[in-house]
Amino acid sequence: MSQSPSAPLLQIEELSKIFHIRQGFSSQEFHAVDRASIIIESDKPEIFAIVGESGSGKTTLAKMVLGMEVASEGILRYKDRVINDLSNKEMKTWFYNEVQPVFQDPFAAFSPLKRIDSYLYETVYNYKMVGDKKEAPRYINEVLSEVGLTLAEIAGRYPNELSGGQAQRVAIARALITKPSLIVADEPVSMLDASLRMSIVNMFRKLKEDNEVSVIYITHDLATAYYAGDRIAVMLRGWIVELGPTEQVLGNPLHPYTQNLKTSIPSINVDDAWQDKIDLAVIEADEYTRTGCKFAGRCPAVMDICHDNIPPSVVHEGRTVKCFLYDEDVDPAKKTYLTPAAT
Amino acid sequence: MDAIIETKNLRAYYITKAYGVERTVKAVDDISLRIQEGEVYGIAGESGCGKSTLLRILLGAYQPPLAVVGGDVVYHLEGETIHAPDITEEQQRDLRWRTISYIPQGSMHVLNPVRRIRDSFHDFISAHRDVTKSESFQMTAEYLRDLGLPEKVMASYPHQLSGGMRQRVTIALATILWPKLIFADEPTTALDVVVQRGVIQMLKDVQQKEGSTLVLITHDIGVHANLADRIAILYAGKLVEEADTRTILTKPRHPYTKYLIESLPNLDSREERMSIPGRPPALDRPPSGCRFHERCPLARDICQTIDPEMIQVEPGHRTACHVVEEELSHEPVA
Repeated sequence: MSQSPSAPLLQIEELSKIFHIRQGFSSQEFHAVDRASIIIESDKPEIFAIVGESGSGKTTLAKMVLGMEVASEGILRYKDRVINDLSNKEMKTWFYNEVQPVFQDPFAAFSPLKRIDSYLYETVYNYKMVGDKKEAPRYINEVLSEVGLTLAEIAGRYPNELSGGQAQRVAIARALITKPSLIVADEPVSMLDASLRMSIVNMFRKLKEDNEVSVIYITHDLATAYYAGDRIAVMLRGWIVELGPTEQVLGNPLHPYTQNLKTSIPSINVDDAWQDKIDLAVIEADEYTRTGCKFAGRCPAVMDICHDNIPPSVVHEGRTVKCFLYDEDVDPAKKTYLTPAAT
Repeated sequence: MDAIIETKNLRAYYITKAYGVERTVKAVDDISLRIQEGEVYGIAGESGCGKSTLLRILLGAYQPPLAVVGGDVVYHLEGETIHAPDITEEQQRDLRWRTISYIPQGSMHVLNPVRRIRDSFHDFISAHRDVTKSESFQMTAEYLRDLGLPEKVMASYPHQLSGGMRQRVTIALATILWPKLIFADEPTTALDVVVQRGVIQMLKDVQQKEGSTLVLITHDIGVHANLADRIAILYAGKLVEEADTRTILTKPRHPYTKYLIESLPNLDSREERMSIPGRPPALDRPPSGCRFHERCPLARDICQTIDPEMIQVEPGHRTACHVVEEELSHEPVA
């Protein structure tokens, strides 16, 4: 590759996706992703977790990274090349060699009428991964062994003959065929059973270590994000509200929303069962169209400034956090809120 | 405490016949349990382990191809003992919602999309009580206020509410007649964590207010840990372990339960966690002997041929495992 060693693998800068919703004659803007910035370096593979509730924009962000959705504003570069400027041919011959997706439902990703190994052969042929077609089975077997399967196990079988975990492994193997440098996995384990879930997450960890593949791991499950992720971005209504090393962000969350998320995970430790109560009356809608901070309506630390102004992204304790509480220009006397002790 | 519902050696199979090929799926196989009045009884297990089938049988809401082929379900309601297989349709209609209630998973499919929430409540209440519309509206408003839900949802249509609010409205609807026995099937599965917490809190409130019995089915052990008093673990149509929540989470004995608990990631540590090898068996051809033996690291010869019986580990803690049985025989009797 001709890139300079310093060029990041993936560079997302101030990236936005704006949808227009028409109601009668008026049209309303809807920012599904609002000025998101993420940089993934090329020299050190990592698992980058993106967490958020449904509707937080994490899938839209992933689609833009995969070139399946065109960004409205901002910069999106892969190995120093602007993704949206690539021709169809370059997308096929270069980009999808580098970046591969894994989707949520493995049974929706494969046609039920096609044998599952045909997808692997097709990918090998299309990307010319082997010089001679006779080499294909050997190559496929090699890739399948990375995900703990053998070609003999799946040859000639239809998707419905496989378990969810196996089908998801085949989906990941298919993504690995082109030897990508980045895998974008959108909720890859949320359809799987608890006993199979960890085997997939463990596999991502292994791929990162052994194959030097970076993974963007999108999930709503904070526990697996914490387990697998090196860094994490927490999204809320299109914003990245907190971004940094996983141990810091989830170990000691700074943004009130991240704190809220963390305390909402039902702990399996019986002694940690919730004691305090939360207010049920809040209706979560309308947060996208708020003028100030999107979390102001639910935030326990809300200040006057939050209602009308968009908080800045400030660097604080090793991570970026989008909150006025950590903005040095805001009068400390107004910050009456005390961070709940990290539990 | 008295049992409110119990099953004795319950077997429920899906029996299908197509083109002369008969296929039997043993979704619930030989399950005996007693659910006490006023407790929260959690049923946990992976998809396809039979937990929803068990719920359907307990609820009496099943039809072919699902059939009870053996055993008994007994309700102890209002001083009466009712054998579920003998229940008449009329009796069932009378019991359902008023005494036995059910909170389903997909709240979108429950609420009528073309009727306002308050009208759904009225339909529901008027089917069991002689009330006028204004009486039922007042009753609904009071109940929603008690539960801390905003009153304005009454005039809304289901699609105007967020998923979490809809699920909370469904819970309110299912419990407004103060049923003695509430079944909830994956009540929080489709929800985000913040919303999920609100729903769990509300289920707890409803259950505690009238001391109802709640049977909670979910695969999420975290939800059980926060809500359930006792947990039953199902595996491939069998009850493999049952104990109070703390015991299940801290001192599980069955190898499957151990794996299940240990493989759960949490926010305390990032240490590598082992996943369970293999996959759950198909229930039309379950493995011989112990159904877990193919995936079990401790499996012995006996496990391949003989189905283990439920044994008592200590009072209130039961499990079905040959290895545990042998271990117990070596332990001094306390």
